[in-house]
Amino acid sequence: MFNFYLLSSILLISLIFFFLGNNRAKKLIILNQKNLHSLTHYYGVYSLLASLLPTLGLFFIFTICDDLLFAELIKKYIPKEVVTSKDYNFAIVLAQINNSVEGLIFGTPPQWVTNAAEIWVSWVHKSQIITVISCISTALISGFFGYKKINSDFRSRNAVEKIVMSILAVSSVIAILTTIAIIFSVVFESVRFFALIPYDEFLFGTVWNPQFEGAERAGSGQEGLSQYGAIPLFAGTLLISIIALCVSVPVGLFSAIYLSEYATSKERAFFKPLLEVLAGIPTVVYGFFAALTVAPFLRSSGSIFGLDVASESALAAGLVMGIMIIPFISSLSDDVINAVPQSLRDASYGLGSTKNETVIKIVLPAALPGIVASIILAVSRAVGETMIVVMAAGLAANLTANPLEAVTTVTSQIVTILVGDQEFESAKTLSAFALALTLIIITLAMNFYALHVVKKYREQYE
Amino acid sequence: MNNKIITPLEASDKVKKSIAKRRAKDKRLKFYGRAAISLAVCFLLILFYSIFLKGYSGFFQYYVTLDINFDRERIDPKGDLSDNSLFDGEASAIVNESLFSIIQPQGRKAKKQAKKIVSSGKDVRITKMVKNDPSLFGTITKVKFALDDDIDSFLRGYIKRETPESERRISNKVIEYIDKLNEEGRISYEFSDYILTGSASGNPEMAGIKGAFIGSMLTLSVCLLIAFPLGVATAIYLEEIAKKNKITEFIEVNINNLAAVPSVVFGIMGLAIFISIFGMPRSIPLVGGMVLALMTLPTIIISSRAAIRAVPPSVRDAAYGIGASKLQVIFHHVIPLAMPGMLTGTIIGMAQALGETAPLLMIGMVAFIVDVPNSVVDPGTVLPVQIFMWADFAERMFIQKTSAAIIVLLGFLISMNALAVYLRKKLERRW
Repeated sequence: MFNFYLLSSILLISLIFFFLGNNRAKKLIILNQKNLHSLTHYYGVYSLLASLLPTLGLFFIFTICDDLLFAELIKKYIPKEVVTSKDYNFAIVLAQINNSVEGLIFGTPPQWVTNAAEIWVSWVHKSQIITVISCISTALISGFFGYKKINSDFRSRNAVEKIVMSILAVSSVIAILTTIAIIFSVVFESVRFFALIPYDEFLFGTVWNPQFEGAERAGSGQEGLSQYGAIPLFAGTLLISIIALCVSVPVGLFSAIYLSEYATSKERAFFKPLLEVLAGIPTVVYGFFAALTVAPFLRSSGSIFGLDVASESALAAGLVMGIMIIPFISSLSDDVINAVPQSLRDASYGLGSTKNETVIKIVLPAALPGIVASIILAVSRAVGETMIVVMAAGLAANLTANPLEAVTTVTSQIVTILVGDQEFESAKTLSAFALALTLIIITLAMNFYALHVVKKYREQYE
Repeated sequence: MNNKIITPLEASDKVKKSIAKRRAKDKRLKFYGRAAISLAVCFLLILFYSIFLKGYSGFFQYYVTLDINFDRERIDPKGDLSDNSLFDGEASAIVNESLFSIIQPQGRKAKKQAKKIVSSGKDVRITKMVKNDPSLFGTITKVKFALDDDIDSFLRGYIKRETPESERRISNKVIEYIDKLNEEGRISYEFSDYILTGSASGNPEMAGIKGAFIGSMLTLSVCLLIAFPLGVATAIYLEEIAKKNKITEFIEVNINNLAAVPSVVFGIMGLAIFISIFGMPRSIPLVGGMVLALMTLPTIIISSRAAIRAVPPSVRDAAYGIGASKLQVIFHHVIPLAMPGMLTGTIIGMAQALGETAPLLMIGMVAFIVDVPNSVVDPGTVLPVQIFMWADFAERMFIQKTSAAIIVLLGFLISMNALAVYLRKKLERRW
């Protein structure tokens, strides 16, 4: 609420500067009997931006930094015997203090926690006062300087446009920052993981059994309790993706051929969006469907044939995932097939071939790179898909090729490890980041490969 | 192949012989195509059918009507209608007495079982009623109470009377009581007043989607407020202002890569950066919205760029011709014309964000939160995560509630997508 009021008053001040600047420009026109370089509202906008931008920057620096600063400063107020004790964890202590700051008191906290909380509250008050004073005064002073700059020679439109241009440029950099942030956060934690567990063990080990507490290698003397061999996860991911492809490639490809070559334009206009609905359904709904409808159905039909189907099986998850990725293949392939020039078809018909021969021998080979790319994209979708496997494929890290058993995948392990509270130091938590790193590498490699296929093998017809 | 020279007559004979086969092949391919499409549509129909069939009944539940004596002394001992006073009151005892007067359980054990017939939210229902309408005090009014989820499942036929008592979740005694209530016509099957207005609850009969729904709206607004301006600004910069050089190429590649990153990775990033480094609290819609914004950013950027590219150069040239500056051309001419396309992309991105679950699990929105979030910094959950949590619960009734929640979610997604299609059809101009 405090932030809201402060932000509104900053906005109000800059709005006032807008009107001041606007009026000053109008007055200058009357005074000099001559038009200014720019329209009057550009002068207003210039003083508004002059007041608003530095203040907002200051405001965000304050809001982001004060908690970090307090956390650093509060360390002085934690008694020595607590810091030196064996199970000292600063994050927990900080949480204790924060809870007591917010009035959430469980049991009776030690005296020093209450004291630290009181100090913390006094800091919060001080920092609020400092923030208010510095933000308001910055808004007034920088706004005033902006306002002062307005005279008959000032080209405000150019100045405003420069500022807007740089705002636009900065926002396009966010995309890079996000990529860097993702890669940094994942790589950094993965490096810490590989310091605990050798990478060849991670990549080629066949047993996946992460454990908390007492299972850490470093010095606990309980080696071998938890194992981080990711092969079962890769195998599970592969198995489920293959099942999904067995469903989606034939269905998607034949649909695409039908839609682009045989269907009337009315049929096409009806069925294409209908198939795309499949891609718009949230994955959690597919997961629910897989776990509560498909899996029991497979189980009961399996028992008719004397097969023992696990209640969470790779088959159920794979089938439903296959349904989900049908539109990725059908829509993309349809577009690619449509892009094959009509002249090729006409030439083929002219030689007396049937539609079937034209499609199989002429159109499909011409469209093949695009079709392959669409399949690769569908695979990368399947590999990164999370909710279906979490809900329907199980969590047991079996190394098996039997689709009727429960398997687990890279994504579902990431979710199970990271949901809920976790210690950031343990190998178990860090292993999720290593898994994420492999996932990113695999999906990005597939995307690059898909692009490469399209670029290299695309035939330019016209 | 033998290279024997054949006469034209022989050749046409050969063609005539093979033509039936070739036509059959053609028909087969057409049939395969039809079969593939019908299969895909079939999947879709089965999916919708199974969810609607289960979900439809999730909007309804069984209620029992009891005559409640609104005794002020007992419900509100301090007489000031404060939470404290109502908490001290014995509202649930009054409900139990009314129930006992009908089914007359004998002995302590029977009474204990009988109490459980009515949902444990009975006292809250009474205190809410008197708070809204204090004139109820002193009257005897008929009030409807939700039945416990096991009783509900029994009445729906999921728990069978024929099952041996030891394997059933409810005892023979309780079934007897229910029959008695049924004979008196006190049990009714009505539109549930919990599903839309209730919040997360461990008792399936009282669970509702209000908290998750509000959480979804808060998360989505944070996402929209961040992703839309950023996405549009980036698209404008890349399409209209930036020169084509190594840096802009790098940005483009990055955006395409971001679109390919699995959503769960965004959750990991949110956990590692927002929560671990910046120390933001878990489970809040603010962090959820930020993570989803990063996820939907590529969608918005790519579609906005396509929309900007579709504005013909003649429009720009005309504007330059009458002396507009670059930014004036962009803001006065290009953006208004590209807006429908940008909005379509944004709506599709928002629909994606609304249905997304995995990254939100990572940042702790999966916590069990009863309170409805009031602001973006209150802990909360979202609809898809609520669906995920309910799907995991063991109670039979949660399956119907989950399906009902899915129907609400799908309803929103379908209307958002329909809006996007409408915008594209109505507002987009062809040049």
